[in-house]
Amino acid sequence: MKMRDVAIVSFAQTHHERATRELNEVEMLMPILSEALAGAGIGKDRVDFVCSGSSDYLAGQPFSFVVTLDAFGPWPPISESHVDMDGAWAVYEAWVKMQLGKVDVALIYAYGKSSPGDIRRVLSRQLDPYYLGPLWVDSVALAALQARAGLDAGAFSVEDMARVAAASRHNAMSNPYAQLSGEVDVADLLAEADFVAPLHKHDCAPVTDGAAVVVLAAGGAARELCDRPAWIRGIDHRIEPHALGARDLTTSVSTRLAAEHAGLGAKPVDVAELHAPFTHQELILRRALGLDEDVSVNPSGGALCANPVMAAGLIRMGEAARRISSGKADRAVAHATSGPCLQQNLLCVLEGD
Amino acid sequence: MTDISLPERLRGAEPVRSIRTFARLEYAYTPGRAASRFLNQVTNKRLVGQRCPVCEKVYVPPRGSCPTDGVPTEDEVELGQSGTIVSFCVVNVPFMANLMEIPYVGALIQLDGADIPIMHLIQEVPYDQVHMGMRVEAVWLPDDEIGPTLESIVHFRPNGEPDAPYESYKDNA
Amino acid sequence: MASERVAIVGIGQTEHRATNDGSIAGVVRQAASRALEDARMDWADIDAVVIGKAPDFFEGVMMPELYLADALGAVGKPMFRVHTAGSVGGSTALVAQDLVAAGLHERVLTVAFEKQSESEAMWALSVAMPFQPPMHAGAGGYFAPHIRSYIRRSGAPDHIGILVALKDRLNALKNPCAHLHEADITFDSVRDSIMLWDPIRFSETCPSSDGACAMVLTNERGGDAAAAEGRAPAWVKGTAFRSEPTMFAGRDQVNPRGGQECAADVYKQAGIDDPRADIDCVEMYVPFSWFEPMWLENLHFCPEGEGWKMVEDGVTQLDGDLPVDMSGGVLSSNPIGASGMLRFAEAAMQVRGQAGDHQVPDARTALGHAYGGGSQFFAMWIVGAQKP
Repeated sequence: MKMRDVAIVSFAQTHHERATRELNEVEMLMPILSEALAGAGIGKDRVDFVCSGSSDYLAGQPFSFVVTLDAFGPWPPISESHVDMDGAWAVYEAWVKMQLGKVDVALIYAYGKSSPGDIRRVLSRQLDPYYLGPLWVDSVALAALQARAGLDAGAFSVEDMARVAAASRHNAMSNPYAQLSGEVDVADLLAEADFVAPLHKHDCAPVTDGAAVVVLAAGGAARELCDRPAWIRGIDHRIEPHALGARDLTTSVSTRLAAEHAGLGAKPVDVAELHAPFTHQELILRRALGLDEDVSVNPSGGALCANPVMAAGLIRMGEAARRISSGKADRAVAHATSGPCLQQNLLCVLEGD
Repeated sequence: MTDISLPERLRGAEPVRSIRTFARLEYAYTPGRAASRFLNQVTNKRLVGQRCPVCEKVYVPPRGSCPTDGVPTEDEVELGQSGTIVSFCVVNVPFMANLMEIPYVGALIQLDGADIPIMHLIQEVPYDQVHMGMRVEAVWLPDDEIGPTLESIVHFRPNGEPDAPYESYKDNA
Repeated sequence: MASERVAIVGIGQTEHRATNDGSIAGVVRQAASRALEDARMDWADIDAVVIGKAPDFFEGVMMPELYLADALGAVGKPMFRVHTAGSVGGSTALVAQDLVAAGLHERVLTVAFEKQSESEAMWALSVAMPFQPPMHAGAGGYFAPHIRSYIRRSGAPDHIGILVALKDRLNALKNPCAHLHEADITFDSVRDSIMLWDPIRFSETCPSSDGACAMVLTNERGGDAAAAEGRAPAWVKGTAFRSEPTMFAGRDQVNPRGGQECAADVYKQAGIDDPRADIDCVEMYVPFSWFEPMWLENLHFCPEGEGWKMVEDGVTQLDGDLPVDMSGGVLSSNPIGASGMLRFAEAAMQVRGQAGDHQVPDARTALGHAYGGGSQFFAMWIVGAQKP
């Protein structure tokens, strides 16, 4: 089936940090909304549809997204929607809407401030409320279970995991928005104490406050607003069972399925931006996607160097698109994940002309 | 639901209809720059709104952006301690856990100099005498109890001025 | 560019009650199973699942779509979660319809739910922000001043709210799924019920309910197939949502512009020039009785200030010229997250002729309406018996 051509034409993100204590969500978003619109050379009057991603549980407030919309200034009334998912899924909703031909320009934003609460306890509220929730199993412990399964199965080693951490920090040195960066030695990393065994601290994404904005445009509008649009050639997402016992944690079936449906395998990619909040998850994802050694994985440093929950997947899309628009890459894949141990995954294949 | 037949030995057991699990999460909220400036002024018993540079409307309490224009509101405007009741409701629900004697009145009050009303309590007047257009003034907590919160205003009460004409507040009613 | 016709071929809902003994998964699965049964489909026939509810605090489960993936047969499929305000059930159906309209999927299951008994809704809505103005009276306290403004503007007499409440509760007696079945309700009993948030009486407010609603949406081929088997589909003729800021200087909360423009958009798509003449029945989101006349005006069924006259003249009664809230509406059942979808589903049931005792004879075109927050979020669809 022939889909309508839709591209990412502009991207902006905050300087990610451990805690944005001075700014509320509206104040955090306003500058990057302006920046993303300016990047496309448009005012908000050109935007036909707005979609956002955020989580009430992060904010600690019901309907927290409602006031955040003030950062855009939705007047006169706009066509608008919100997902309690990563902003990557907001892109999906907008992309679907753009297929219907009534929307030419869409603006997507996502934000997450993890600093107000204890993110590990907060994320435990995602679990089955009758059986798992009451145990308060936290997100790092669940990831550690997954890492242990992978190590025991011989899928990867602790050295492989440390190498992912070191490469991410190295890559982030060229990313001014990253929270963590620098040259680190694998041996030094491995010498550090266990955090939640078998995970070391370096295996886990930092706790981050941050936000991101993407502008999508269709067909001629994309060419008008961007010299080299990053065209969405395929986008798909799939979910796995919630019950961990029903899954093989050492692989990512849903990532592989989404990649098939997004047409990833048609041609090799130059760049992969993978939303892996834990080192071993990057290894699992690389394998599920069948990425060659020469693919540049997470040139931004990835979620291991800045992980604003609910925005980290959207940022992968923005980072992949940026590399296409700047001419550094011709074909890229961006990935976003949701839920414990990579339960749900979204894949987006982007190409330059 | 599908009928599930229990094994014989469990036939007499009382079914579990619900479980109680307590969840406690603590959050440290960030009011943001605009609200912080406003609340700091509240500790001085001053009400300071912010004007939008585009539509020139004065917002209180300010939240950092103009909701219609999506731009920062930085120009500060000191507002009056009095205002007009734009609309109200008489509450008969013990919502405030016995803190208030019911019935009591919650009102939308447009402070002098502001373009948007705030919600607050009306006291020191029988509830059935409250009406739209009534002029009211802020009653503050004792000085040593005032903090950076709108609850530093205990309530509003009639200030004795004649009613404001409907035309003067109908945009928000 | 694809834009497939979309048909609703399966509708299911729970019996809405103060407490549903099922688990959260059980409740959503019950509604979804009934929708599948209605569509003569099985879980394996479904290509994608779109689920909505808001907010997560109501049940104390963050992003419940993750936990519900298994129960809704979504494993290996796309599962999408929508989270707008009170309009969420409507927005969720619209996202599902877009997936079919865009030609991405043939058969999409959409579900919305709420288990208010699972947690304290009042509590969940009242997490106090230390730096925001104190909330003194809950949702009714928020809306009551705007209702007072409506009465002031329109000069509507006091009994209008009572008439709406009485009508909706009587309609609910004909709907086995409705939460409230008040057989002995009368005009006097509504009038004499306690004035909770003057001008809103107890009997003029919605209950707190557990419940879920589900629909199966399919493309033209699926709709034609259902029709060929004698199971009339409802065809989607127009969809729209609109949002405006929650609070701004001079905001009209009685007749919000977002609602007016959303209605105008959806009518245009459906080729409706005169909604009063062209629409046979309306299922609108009325959590407090006075919102019926307010929305009648907002949705262009009469000139501004005259909605209450339609109520007084009995136009919106089940046997009236423009029946409104045939199911008993939000006033009779309010599983919040599902309430928007229930409005959309009732509209579809009417044009499919499957509304039982609350069926409007020969309903051909119906409007489903949902709104949320402080009347700043709107979602609507027009469905018809005739293929567009």
